[in-house]
Amino acid sequence: MSEITITIDGRACKSPAGRTIFEVARTNGVYIPTLCNYKDLRPVGSCRVCTVRVAGRYMAACTQVAIDGMAVENTAPDLEDMRRSILEMLFVEGNHLCPSCEKSGNCELQALAYRYQIMVPRFPFQFPVRRVEAVAPKLLLEHNRCIQCLRCVRSIQTEDGRRIFVPQNRSRWRKIGVDPRLAAELTDEMALKAMEVCPVGSILRKGVGFAVPIGRRKFDKTPIGTDVAEGLPR
Amino acid sequence: MARKITIEPVTRVEGHGKVTIHLDDAGKVQQSRFHIVEFRGFERFIQGRPYWEAPVLVQRLCGICPVSHHLAAAKAMDVVVGVGPGKLTATAEKMRRLMHYGQMLQSHALHFFHLASPDFLLGMDADPAVRNVIGIIALDKELATRAVLLRKFGQEIILATAGKKIHGTGAVPGGMNKNLSPEERDRFLKGAAPLNIDQMIAWAGAAIELFRGYHAKNKDLVDGFAAFPSNHLSLVRKDGALDFYHGVLRAVDAEGRKILNDVDYQDYLEYIGEEVRSWSYMKFPYIKSLGKSAGWYRVGPLARLNTCDHIPSPLAQKEFEAYKSYTDGKPNNMSLHTHWARLIELLHSAEVIKELLLDKDLQGTKLVKTGPRAPEGVGLVEAPRGTLFHHFRVNGDDQITMANLIVSTTNNNEPMNRAVHWVAVNTLSEKPEITEGMLNRVEVAIRAYDPCLSCATHAVGRMPLDVSLVDARGRVLQREVR
Repeated sequence: MSEITITIDGRACKSPAGRTIFEVARTNGVYIPTLCNYKDLRPVGSCRVCTVRVAGRYMAACTQVAIDGMAVENTAPDLEDMRRSILEMLFVEGNHLCPSCEKSGNCELQALAYRYQIMVPRFPFQFPVRRVEAVAPKLLLEHNRCIQCLRCVRSIQTEDGRRIFVPQNRSRWRKIGVDPRLAAELTDEMALKAMEVCPVGSILRKGVGFAVPIGRRKFDKTPIGTDVAEGLPR
Repeated sequence: MARKITIEPVTRVEGHGKVTIHLDDAGKVQQSRFHIVEFRGFERFIQGRPYWEAPVLVQRLCGICPVSHHLAAAKAMDVVVGVGPGKLTATAEKMRRLMHYGQMLQSHALHFFHLASPDFLLGMDADPAVRNVIGIIALDKELATRAVLLRKFGQEIILATAGKKIHGTGAVPGGMNKNLSPEERDRFLKGAAPLNIDQMIAWAGAAIELFRGYHAKNKDLVDGFAAFPSNHLSLVRKDGALDFYHGVLRAVDAEGRKILNDVDYQDYLEYIGEEVRSWSYMKFPYIKSLGKSAGWYRVGPLARLNTCDHIPSPLAQKEFEAYKSYTDGKPNNMSLHTHWARLIELLHSAEVIKELLLDKDLQGTKLVKTGPRAPEGVGLVEAPRGTLFHHFRVNGDDQITMANLIVSTTNNNEPMNRAVHWVAVNTLSEKPEITEGMLNRVEVAIRAYDPCLSCATHAVGRMPLDVSLVDARGRVLQREVR
């Protein structure tokens, strides 16, 4: 496999060909924030938090394949502000009440808000009226917190490949639903995986909450992205 | 000419309240009311939330004693998950006790030193510009430092048990999410002076001495101010001992006769009713068997030392004996003696913290249990300000369908109104001019109950007090707003 070299903010990054800008950055210890992208899932580029600039054009680092010689801008102030504005939009279009959310401290949206030092969003809060839905014997869906990243849709499947979570409706009315028959058969293991795959506190496993004490949660000690900057495996 | 006095906001209390006093043509008090002017609606918006969120969400009622709400909700949810009273693991129950007594220590220290002591140490008629905690710092730096450090120690205990000093997550339905590490324990037991438990016990004892000294010099004021007979209610341990975390309901009348005894609080609705009056957002609880007009009662330190038979820690028990002998063993109905009782509880809390820190169960690793599910649960604790009731119903989908909260200050609603009325009649009635000092006396009476108005109405807002003087035609003649 041929090797390519790109620059990210002027820093040379080598990688086997065929990888996305996000993957090249990660393997070279450069942090590009993401929300909808997750481990081995096929990227969909829906949240745009990973937006970078190449030759004056904006692109999602998680879907754009890196090409030899690319000069990628990642931390230009205007780019960072654009990312911050995307995060702020996610906050205002849902009801994100961190103080009582059990994902607090483990929430990627909250962690990014801390990283980007968001104090008050520049957009008005929408305060949508949404309910908590008991969708399965083992799960609750907290629609107030859903950011439509589709990580659950893409990753939680039955053994024969059928999707349990599905997007319903369109535009601002879109929400995540479940196939009730498949959801009824969710194992404890899959319910836990569904909760973990959700970057926010939208998928809640029934009967357990706040099990990890403050101080031992994922982002209590180090900000999101520290693992990449230190070159640690994700 | 008839007048109406309005005191708004009431200062040095938690939350937002006002007092109105109506005077007739001769300047005689016709009516006085302590109004709560906030509304928040926690009982409504918690509906639909997952039950395990309750201890974390409901504690947001308050920033002063959130641990009480955290634990009362957790106790109610223990019942829901089938691990009701007495069924928690030893580690979980003792960790919760440590958290709770840490909170009692910090809250009582805050109230006595920061909020109440300016009235005693600087005088009720002192210039309001200095009659505050800053004035205390100027008067006695050493005392003010102790106050801050006593509170800090309590807050550090809360941090070690709940994960945060304010609004932690330690208690979960069926147990706790952490134990106490040996390092944390040793820091509290043997920390560098002055931040160790022995120093706290010594300072709590000294605070009682301080109050006793003031009492000796101002006997008539302390004994007579806003004194009135009442019923008293609190949790007591099964054997009658003082217990802030768990027990059975007991109520006594002004003479010490038992009205309620050995009542399992899961059945509180059979014994306690709540009356709504049009002029306040705060309800008026009463003992059902005595009816609305006679069934009101006091809660808090004064009530607790009236209902319990003894205090299960040596130094506080000694102080309790002296305290009880002052009223010949009868219930104490003197509002300002609440401060005395509160300081004895401060000492007791410090002693219990030490006892718990020495208990190896705190390093246990069995933290959570589950049992057969129940559709509803009631959780009670003795919060710093008095008995706190939490009652939740949960559906088969783990969602809360009903919440009823009777907070300590709500229980004290009628007593606070009586205390205000006492001051109005005894200091304001038929006086040609109303001075700031007179109005402060109204607040002193309210402050004795250490009300948390935010909790009581489950309300949000500033911390103000407004007193106005209105004539018989409703015209405001004099108004003091702070």
